[in-house]
Amino acid sequence: MSHERKQGLSRRDFLQTSAQAAGVGMAAFAAPSILRAQAAGVKLGILQPVTGALSYSGQQGKLGAQLAIDEINAAGGIKGLGKIDAVFGDAQSTPDGGTAEVEKMNAAGVAAIVGGYSSSICLAASQAAARYDLPYLVDVGVADNIVTRGLKNTFRFGPGFGVIAKTAIENLVTLNDQAGKTAKTVMIVNEDSLFGSGLAKLLNEQLPQRGFQVLETIPHPTPTRDFNNVVLKIKSQNPDLVIPANYYNEYVLLARTMQQQKVRPKGIYSVLGGAASSYKFVKEFPDAAQFIMDCNHWFDPRNQKALALKKKVEDGGQFFTYEVYLNYCSVLLAADALSRAGSVDHAKVTAALEASTFSDHIMPYGPTKFVGGQNQGAAPVNTQVQAGDIQVIFPATFASAKPVFPIPA
Amino acid sequence: MFAPSILIPAVLNGVLTGAIYALIALGLTLIYGVLHIINFAHGALLTAALFAVYFAYKILGIDPYLAVFAIAPLFFVLGYGLQRFVIGPASHGDERNVLLVTLGLAIVIENVLLYAFHADTRTIDVPAGFNVIDIGVALLGVSRVVGLAAVIALTLALWAFMRLTDTGKAIRAVAKEQLGAQLSGIDVEHIYAVTFGLGTACLAIAACLLIPIFYVNPNVGRSFVLVAFTIVVLGGMGSIAGALVGGLLIGVIESLGGLFFGESLGQLGIFLVFILVLLVRPTGLFGARA
Repeated sequence: MSHERKQGLSRRDFLQTSAQAAGVGMAAFAAPSILRAQAAGVKLGILQPVTGALSYSGQQGKLGAQLAIDEINAAGGIKGLGKIDAVFGDAQSTPDGGTAEVEKMNAAGVAAIVGGYSSSICLAASQAAARYDLPYLVDVGVADNIVTRGLKNTFRFGPGFGVIAKTAIENLVTLNDQAGKTAKTVMIVNEDSLFGSGLAKLLNEQLPQRGFQVLETIPHPTPTRDFNNVVLKIKSQNPDLVIPANYYNEYVLLARTMQQQKVRPKGIYSVLGGAASSYKFVKEFPDAAQFIMDCNHWFDPRNQKALALKKKVEDGGQFFTYEVYLNYCSVLLAADALSRAGSVDHAKVTAALEASTFSDHIMPYGPTKFVGGQNQGAAPVNTQVQAGDIQVIFPATFASAKPVFPIPA
Repeated sequence: MFAPSILIPAVLNGVLTGAIYALIALGLTLIYGVLHIINFAHGALLTAALFAVYFAYKILGIDPYLAVFAIAPLFFVLGYGLQRFVIGPASHGDERNVLLVTLGLAIVIENVLLYAFHADTRTIDVPAGFNVIDIGVALLGVSRVVGLAAVIALTLALWAFMRLTDTGKAIRAVAKEQLGAQLSGIDVEHIYAVTFGLGTACLAIAACLLIPIFYVNPNVGRSFVLVAFTIVVLGGMGSIAGALVGGLLIGVIESLGGLFFGESLGQLGIFLVFILVLLVRPTGLFGARA
């Protein structure tokens, strides 16, 4: 022993040094997060939370974006502008992380940014991009105010939760009517950030008007380590329906805890349930997933390109989740706008997005039509887990199975 | 006010969740008690242990509860090696260096895991994850009950080890008076490494008990590390009994806090009690030093 250690770190030292180290840690995590692909061509920012609590979704989103970029570049790139040079940024699952990446991407000279994933990140990142009139294409973020703030640079290809909640409620009413109005009471379990709490608020406003009594709304943080108390509350109130609106990990924990505590409502009807329309969840926990319904983003099952992409993703050992196909489509949409703009000029790209009628995507939306930044044709579908697979139950035009409701005893 | 049919299960859930917290805090407090270092790699090592248990099950088909007999010794060796060959030599005797080294280790471990296994969330489906014991007033998850029994057994075993074995006595001697222990012929560097190894082995045991009811991804350790630090300070830094009691207490407070204030504010109760305890008893519940 060549040196002597100081004995006994005091509690004050402990807390002080912990705080310092946490600061150093944050800086260390934040520093190297922009990675550049090959040079030349059009720079396109791909912003995803690839680390932190939302990292699974972020990685899936990045995968979707990368697939689209590879496809475009393999076909020679964007007409007149060359290949896409992806500038990847990690939002670290926080709005602050997202805005920091927007600054770096803008400094790197990107023509547009695609991504964000969570509503909170999309809200902050699109606002940061607006300072530079930098076009921002939201991939998933569903909070309605992302596109109602009057920001000219912000566009969303997918639906907002206003449309999603409306569709979910319409379909729920239809479903319940078909089952002889068996469900009358509801409990909502939502994550407490912008996405979950906003959705819960909408459901609380609209469900009573359609004849459902909301017994309780239970918000929870992300991450949540234990759902036993939430399930206890559900058990004690015994609602006909449980409506979860949360991210993947928490959704799985909730469903598993409900199974363990033998809580079996007449239906679990998710709205943007993080795992309810996930092949991964269905494969890993078929019993917990059985008969769960969801109103969520879903690809057009009649579209051959969608099925080919699904096969490609699954052959690569990945799950074909909504983050993958929404990012895939958003990058294709951005490339289409860049091609029509014929320039990386922010104003021209924004104008091209505003006038977009892009239809070569794989979602059941029809050609894009943006009003105030929102794609008017975007809508969710209803799915249900049946016998280890995910079936579309609404809309009837491309439903692959009939709904099973109430859940058989 | 909630009915007893909710309150009683909530308290029991809190105790069972707290047992897992205690298990994680046990390793942390052991490392702090002897090495006087704040191990920021604790969460990342827990993540690594969870991955080890996960792959032991997925690839080799070893039940998590049986895997403990292989993974705990493996992580003891890993912890021993880390302290002996990385943390110790890099610290140069300065506690701030140790802090930064462990923080650096955390970043390296998490990012290696992220690179190797991606951000994918992984879970295992074992009967213990769903089986329950019906005690009338509540359905208790078997895996959680096993966790409580394990943490009590481990606390007793550690206590006996520290009191009754030569290595345990040497650990206590080094913790109390390092120079004196060295003059008595104790190999201080070896004892440091053994202690770090024991702390890491505790994490491996926690991982085996946790995975049937939780999930693993490269960031998962962070969900537990803050609460483990809180338990260590609350229970008394370096106190084994403090980690157990502190863990159970935090589990119950979190559970009841979630019940009364909502899950979003559930952790508020933890920090209110934490501040109150430190105001009344600054050394923590079982802390000996001022």
